[in-house]
Amino acid sequence: MDYLGWDQVEAGAVLPSFDEVKGDIALLKQAERDYAPTNSYTASVADWRVFKPVFNRDLCIDCQNCWVFCPDTAIIAVDKKMVGIDYEHCKGCGVCVDVCPTNQKSLLMFDENEDNDRALQNWPEKIKKEK
Amino acid sequence: MNKEIRNLKQFSTSNDRFEGAHLLCPGCAHSIIVRELLNCTDDNLVIANATGCLEVCTAVYPHTSWDASWIHIGFENAATSASGAEAMYKALKRKGKLKDPDKPVKFVAFGGDGATYDIGFQFLSGAVERGHDFTYVCLDNEVYANTGGQRSSSTPIGASTTTTPAGRISYGEKKMKKDIVSIMAANGAPYVAQVSPNKWKDMVKKYQKALSIEGPAFINAMSACTTEWKFPSNETIQVSDLATDSLVFPLYEIEEGHKLTITYRPRKIIPVRDYLGAQGRFKHLFKKENEYLIEAMQKSVDAKWELLQRREEAGV
Repeated sequence: MDYLGWDQVEAGAVLPSFDEVKGDIALLKQAERDYAPTNSYTASVADWRVFKPVFNRDLCIDCQNCWVFCPDTAIIAVDKKMVGIDYEHCKGCGVCVDVCPTNQKSLLMFDENEDNDRALQNWPEKIKKEK
Repeated sequence: MNKEIRNLKQFSTSNDRFEGAHLLCPGCAHSIIVRELLNCTDDNLVIANATGCLEVCTAVYPHTSWDASWIHIGFENAATSASGAEAMYKALKRKGKLKDPDKPVKFVAFGGDGATYDIGFQFLSGAVERGHDFTYVCLDNEVYANTGGQRSSSTPIGASTTTTPAGRISYGEKKMKKDIVSIMAANGAPYVAQVSPNKWKDMVKKYQKALSIEGPAFINAMSACTTEWKFPSNETIQVSDLATDSLVFPLYEIEEGHKLTITYRPRKIIPVRDYLGAQGRFKHLFKKENEYLIEAMQKSVDAKWELLQRREEAGV
């Protein structure tokens, strides 16, 4: 999008979230919404990340802890199922990994440059509880 | 009307109205608190936001993260603008000039602890006294985090901040934290509660109650700040857990100014020392000459918990 210069911006601005509001926003899924370019949904904070979370579908129990505690709305949950991570909005804070309850976590932090498939192959073993 | 939320799976079908790619720090609890409020209801929302971290990070030109009517207003008057909007809504409704009079609208104000405890306190008090139907949520991170970590009247005793630095002479902040919940209850708000993001169900319940009751509601939400409390960004929920389980931040609500209910009792109460040890701002307390402070803190937390339990029993 085109940015205005500092002397072109008027004092007091209105930023529309949507180009066109088709009905009740609270009842529309994100994919059905008509986002305006001024909505931060269209922006990216991917370059903030140093480490990225990688999601392992085989171990996930769909508890949705990561969804509710994600500070960046970056966990994609569709129909009560955890689908994956929105890498455009994830800042790599690691809260989702911290709150993941499964032993042998289904979310783990890897280096940003690591390939996701390779990360899934090198998934760490289950940690045995010491008695 | 409130949504029915029985479990987390059901909650996760909510359509987010708080978008990602805002510029809050990684691991900031502000967005968790705000998101849950926007997700717990399907009603239209009119949101007023005082200056603070939340405001400067969610509306950076040319982007906005809000999918609801949202206004940024000065540091002190989030409560004022919410009550003004509410008064206008009522007037238009009476005159029959509303576009969609059947769709319920909720008025919400967000403010940081600086905007609530200190700067906007007079205006909040006025709005509550006038009895406007709105919900005020204070995002309490116990410091002016947006301007670089100056002390506020919410900063707990012993914390090191930029204006109360710990060192050779001082042990940091010397004043106790202001008890805003009791103050607001005494102010006449019909519903006052304290919430923490790690107990999401408790939080959602209180939000829904606050939104559904007639009249002003005040909610004090603990918001762990990774930058100013100095802990790694992934430990936000862990630190919140420590705060609620050590009873430094007890979760309770006060209805009608006196009926106190404790909504969360930790199964195992952990020592305050564990909570302090998880954060860099209390690091200096573990020096030998400051150890007495930790004990004093433990005593004051115990006394406060005792008082809460007695108040719950007596209902006064």
